[in-house]
Amino acid sequence: MQKSLHIDPAKCTGCLQCESACSLVNEGTVNPAKSRIKVFSFHDEGRFVPYTCTQCDEAWCMQACPVDAIVLNPVNGSKDVLSDVCVGCKVCTIACPFGTINYNTSTGKVVKCDLCGGDPECVSACPTQAITYVDANATGLDKMRAWAMKTDNAGA
Amino acid sequence: MHYVIIGAGPAGVNAAEHLRKYNSLAQITMLVAEDVPPYSRMALPYFLVGNVKAEGTYLRKNEGHFEGLNITLKHGRASAVDPVSKAITLLGGEVINYDKLLVASGATATRPPIPGIDLKNIFNCWSLADSHKIVESTQPGSKVILMGAGFIGCIILEALAARGVDLTVIEMENRMVSRMTNEVMGTMIKDWCVNKGIKVLTSTKVSRIDDDGDSPLTVSTEDGQKLPADVVICATGVRSNTAFLEGSGIEVDMGIVVDDFMQSSVADVFAAGDVAQGRDLSTGDYYVQAIQPTAVEHGKLAANNMVFGKRTPHPGNLNMNVLDTVGLISTSFGMWMGVDGGEEAEMSDIGNFKYLNLQFKDDVLVGASSLGMTQHVGVMRGLIQTGAHLGDWKAKLMAEPNRISEAYLASAQAQHVATAPV
Ligand SMILES: Cc1cc2nc3c(=O)[nH]c(=O)nc-3n(C[C@H](O)[C@H](O)[C@H](O)COP(=O)(O)OP(=O)(O)OC[C@H]3O[C@@H](n4cnc5c(N)ncnc54)[C@H](O)[C@@H]3O)c2cc1C
Ligand code: SF4
Repeated sequence: MQKSLHIDPAKCTGCLQCESACSLVNEGTVNPAKSRIKVFSFHDEGRFVPYTCTQCDEAWCMQACPVDAIVLNPVNGSKDVLSDVCVGCKVCTIACPFGTINYNTSTGKVVKCDLCGGDPECVSACPTQAITYVDANATGLDKMRAWAMKTDNAGA
Repeated sequence: MHYVIIGAGPAGVNAAEHLRKYNSLAQITMLVAEDVPPYSRMALPYFLVGNVKAEGTYLRKNEGHFEGLNITLKHGRASAVDPVSKAITLLGGEVINYDKLLVASGATATRPPIPGIDLKNIFNCWSLADSHKIVESTQPGSKVILMGAGFIGCIILEALAARGVDLTVIEMENRMVSRMTNEVMGTMIKDWCVNKGIKVLTSTKVSRIDDDGDSPLTVSTEDGQKLPADVVICATGVRSNTAFLEGSGIEVDMGIVVDDFMQSSVADVFAAGDVAQGRDLSTGDYYVQAIQPTAVEHGKLAANNMVFGKRTPHPGNLNMNVLDTVGLISTSFGMWMGVDGGEEAEMSDIGNFKYLNLQFKDDVLVGASSLGMTQHVGVMRGLIQTGAHLGDWKAKLMAEPNRISEAYLASAQAQHVATAPV
């Protein structure tokens, strides 16, 4: 059964443990600016929304890449960036209509969530279970993908 | 069923793969005209810099990728198409029959008609072969003059600067990348380049090039300057590759005229990528966008309609670009220049080279451009492409455009997750 991240913004307190864990494990430094998951805060409403890649089926980033640097991970369904192949052209960052693949100016490559290879650190770090790793069909991901289809011209 | 594809760039390759995805039995043949495996022009600047070898520019990296999909790569260049007998003639005379044809022959860089334009050491930067020549003829310190600071010119500029050449760029418009930036942003890009030691001449044109002076080449400009150069690189424009379609009855304007299913004026002949004049999402007009994401999406869409017949008309492709000019990153999306009766929000920090401009029609984002932004830039595409109503967020963005990601989460995502059919 394929699993995916499920995010419940109502449970998020804005503690940013997920950002710290993500940047520590993936970039070797506790630096939320380098995290692949980002918590947006809506100050006027006192609300926090963790946000990252949904590993969507269409994978605009993967399709737009001119050099085949983004590949499907057959085990957990994530779309992974091969850093040594990526030339840093950034086309994926404008092609992704979710804005979840970003350019890292210090490495000259792009980064995105790869589900930590099947054991997402943000999930372990979150003290309130606002982020969980569950069966894909229980996440409402299908609805999100249905929305995403609107962005897809080929429609298939 | 025999599908034939003319051209093995991103449009052709994505079409071939999707034809296979939709039809596991058909015969698929893709013509490869250049002496290298299918590669991506977009990756050439990184080859120029030396970040990747020639293989790094290849569109597909797995050995045996096309064989594995049972897609036949055939070396050859089409010289004529006859839609009546459904036959393509190759240079050399060989004839290939097709049931459905996709023309994905891309574009070619042109040169302006000025005296001396065909002298030695004047290059385009369009193919892997051009790139090899540029690498061989430029060393750190070489005097290089780049004609044209449009999108492609600016991408090459970055690569040339990284090669350490003594670079001068000449642009006839009053600013750099005039087709993706307004004056504020174009001027900021120019200032940035000048700070990095690149000489930028705007609002002037090269009038002639001579090879009888003290330096290998002398470049004269319309405003009377004479500049010495070792190498001149020409990035002044491109033209769709349609010459071989003459006499075929396939209608050509700027590119091949296609309908919303990517079919040409002739049955069973489709077109995709830089050669196709497809629908623009923002204007509804038919236009050659000449960008990689559009080539990919055209290829997918054409394949879909070639296999399933005309099922779903597409709303058009969003014109969008991302550019890195010696470390300064800019993006532009859709109607970045604004629309009649629209409104704009602008955030500008000239000293720090940060800029963001949003264009609205009512409470819908229709265009955007940014400078110095690298995080979540894709949400601008998301908002424009889905036409999400921003509601209250419109006013917030008018005051604080840099809250665009929050606006996206609050409107596009929330709204469509809620209303998407289950
Ligand atoms: C230096 C450079 C940088 C670029 N950077 C960017 C960028 O950053 N972002 C972006 O969006 N776009 C960029 N582009 C543009 C992008 O590369 C093109 O939009 C894209 O390559 C179009 O794909 P295509 O498949 O339509 O055409 P092409 O890639 O041109 O492929 C067409 C293929 O058809 C072949 N062909 C031509 N005539 C025939 C014939 N008669 N018979 C058989 N085959 C034929 C050609 O040899 C070629 O291999 C850049 C282009 C260049 C040159
Ligand atoms: S930035 Fe890297 S991963 Fe993204 S499209 Fe370019 S080469 Fe591919």
